[in-house]
Amino acid sequence: MTMVSRPVLFGALALIIVAVVALALPSWLVSLTTLAFANALVVLGLIILWRAGLVPFGQALFYAIGAYAVALIDRYGGMHDVFVLITAAAVLSAFAAFLTGFLLARYREIFFAMLSLAMSMILYGALVKTETLGSTDGFHVEAPTYLGYAPQGAMHLLVLFWLVLAFSAASALLVFLYFRSVAGALAVPVRDSEIRLEFLGVSVNGLIHLNLVISGTLAGIGGAFAALSIEHVDPNMAYWTTSGGFVFVTILAGAGSVAAAFVGSFVFEFLKSIAYDILPGTWQIFLGAVLLVTILFLPEGLGSLFGRLRQRLNLKPANVSS
Amino acid sequence: MLTAFAILTDGLVYAAYLFLIAIGLTLIFGVMRILNVTHGSFYAFGAYGSAIAVGIYFDRGFPAAGGFLLMVLVAMVIGLVLGLILERGLLRLFYGKDEVIVVLVTYAAFLILEDVIKLIWGPNSYALYQPLALAGTIDVGSLVLSGYDIGLIVFASLLAIGASFALKRTRWGHLLTVVIFDREIAAALGINVTAVYTITFVIGAMLGALGGAVMAPKIAVTLGIGVEVIVLAFAVVAIGGMGSIGGALLGALIVGECRAAAVHLVPQIELFVIYAVMALVLIFRPQGLFTRIAPRKI
Amino acid sequence: MSAILNVRELEKTFGSLIAAHNINIAVPPLQTVGIIGANGAGKTTFVNMITGHLRPTKGSIWFEGRDITGRPSREITRLGIARSFQVPQIFASLTVLENICTATAIARTTSGLIHQALTPLHSSAILADSDSALELFRIAGYRHALAATLPQGARKLLDIAMAIAGAPRVVLLDEPTSGISIEEKFDLMAVVIAALKRRGITVLFVEHDMDIVERYADRVLAFYDGTVIADGPPVETLENPRIQELISGPKLKLAVPNGRHA
Repeated sequence: MTMVSRPVLFGALALIIVAVVALALPSWLVSLTTLAFANALVVLGLIILWRAGLVPFGQALFYAIGAYAVALIDRYGGMHDVFVLITAAAVLSAFAAFLTGFLLARYREIFFAMLSLAMSMILYGALVKTETLGSTDGFHVEAPTYLGYAPQGAMHLLVLFWLVLAFSAASALLVFLYFRSVAGALAVPVRDSEIRLEFLGVSVNGLIHLNLVISGTLAGIGGAFAALSIEHVDPNMAYWTTSGGFVFVTILAGAGSVAAAFVGSFVFEFLKSIAYDILPGTWQIFLGAVLLVTILFLPEGLGSLFGRLRQRLNLKPANVSS
Repeated sequence: MLTAFAILTDGLVYAAYLFLIAIGLTLIFGVMRILNVTHGSFYAFGAYGSAIAVGIYFDRGFPAAGGFLLMVLVAMVIGLVLGLILERGLLRLFYGKDEVIVVLVTYAAFLILEDVIKLIWGPNSYALYQPLALAGTIDVGSLVLSGYDIGLIVFASLLAIGASFALKRTRWGHLLTVVIFDREIAAALGINVTAVYTITFVIGAMLGALGGAVMAPKIAVTLGIGVEVIVLAFAVVAIGGMGSIGGALLGALIVGECRAAAVHLVPQIELFVIYAVMALVLIFRPQGLFTRIAPRKI
Repeated sequence: MSAILNVRELEKTFGSLIAAHNINIAVPPLQTVGIIGANGAGKTTFVNMITGHLRPTKGSIWFEGRDITGRPSREITRLGIARSFQVPQIFASLTVLENICTATAIARTTSGLIHQALTPLHSSAILADSDSALELFRIAGYRHALAATLPQGARKLLDIAMAIAGAPRVVLLDEPTSGISIEEKFDLMAVVIAALKRRGITVLFVEHDMDIVERYADRVLAFYDGTVIADGPPVETLENPRIQELISGPKLKLAVPNGRHA
């Protein structure tokens, strides 16, 4: 159990610290972190797929499904409880991932990426042209209630933040355990030799289908929380640049560890925010440069810094792949 | 009947546009296996360059024909400069790395160039109206067709023929074809693959800029025009087969007509239909309509 | 004794090309069968049909009394027929130990993906089985080496070790000694055959090196032009002038025993 409990312990500790510190932080930072963690869920899903050598260019499909599910049920379904909304978003995006997975699981590399892109753009096209969904402007999302409790004022930011934090913790733990399971560990073998796996009795397409459902669901939950956080949905959430942003963060974070998704996402949102403020005319140059530097000098992403740190502090057993 | 004709002509115009924006992308992908997101930047730079330079040209009252020639010239210069800087200065550092990584590098370059455009030309919108006015209109029955649109169709067709000829009949075209099919064998045959890469990328950049340059009179040249072009060009290239000029042409025609039909008959699915066609083709023929090399679907 | 593997009237055509035809073989349990023949003679087609990679156009394949004709590779593997590859199919990014642990873990999680998602990879049972597999194939010394850094011989052994992680009753080896230097071929084959015999596995191996075939096969199947032209004990089959003419070439009388290759 030592291999599992140390990272989990550290994670739990970090979580509690963050939850408590949030009380003292300015609301813009709390909001930013909420959005960062919501997006981190999407990145977590991307990491799962990237480990198997697959990079979809259309995760925004599920992100948007989750977001619009929340927005629509909130506005037209008459239900405002956050748990109902999130569950609905999760179920809908899981279902969408399950359906699209039948197709996507049969492709690899650039064809996989492009088919995924095409699917997300189909949703975008549909959203933009639908008047009742607000077309390009999208529409507003009201603040949800929490099992009857309706927080007032600044509290509502904090409560949402704590909820997102809790979901992030749960997802992180589950994905962490998944990586340590047989199915999760098969990701790298898929990259190395699908033939060997097939001839050991594994259905590689089935495994990829499973991974697609997991990451689609995570993306949907992420989108749902994002919608609640920014209190708005619009078709841009399905656009290719949104998908691109997620892939960007995944590269920044690296595929090595679960924590990297959250740290990477936070760093990205934070950098973006600073760049808007300090370099309003050139924030994209800044981000582009950051991406290039990361690819050149830190190809394993920020997560690899973690790995090296852990080895330095002698916490990580040398020959276990995380 | 009238609607059918309108769909046909609108489709052809849109197809011309799609072909013009897709040809550079498919060339670069075919030879270098790079999905070049910066393609959108080439388009944008071409459009800005054309809008401004040609605008000035016409303002000074120079002869009309020269104006159109200037468009092409501007595009070639922009393509040359940008292409060289990007390929030699940036992409070269990432050759051999994972395909996806290289796409991300081009995405990063695209982000940077978007802001460079803002820095150079500001957030204003530029309009180039003279070419449209000069080209006039042609009446076909009760339909009024823009002379410029007809010109675009002719231009795109000529470009398709020219590119096809260049690939199949010239020595340079043969070299490119060999590299497209198998980079390693090409190198083993003594072909300077590095030089081929640079030249291909520059030509691709020129073609991208050319697309923007000739489209400038039809659009409001402003920030963000490159963004939509990228994903549209991708769709066309994916349909036609990556690396195939004929495929880009066929893909452009299919998408162009489908979109025109949607616009006239079921406007709600206009955006939808383009990507639906792309998805359908990818499902049934993932390597595209023209490419012979089948993907490893396992 | 009833055959563990039975092939009847097997045929495979690709359009007008007849890749294999008229193949009838019954393999008793624990036999070691050497399959020889020039390239294109139908050996690989034969192996691919048995392992489910290709569906026969005609005929049937019976394993332990069960008809496995046309079933997918995944199923056939789970039923008990495994194979190794000419180019060893190993997981280059993982260590040797991780490779064999993966294969062992898969063998133990037979109920499918959900079972696999719920089972931790690192358990003492899996580790123990993996270690003994490495010992059996004499590659325990490479335990923590990245598979990508292994020499060809070790790769072949790892490939075969993984193939039998699921305790198959039949294994097909595709050119197990190809790419191995002459000095090491016999040692490699000795380790492989000893390991497989220890585990009670029936072996069919494709080989181009006649000395290996002569030394290790109980029986030789000679393929030519898509069908089996000879089926018998090694010495007899390899001495057969027709076989020598079509496949192996004459046995050279030299001071040092060297290889005859097809």
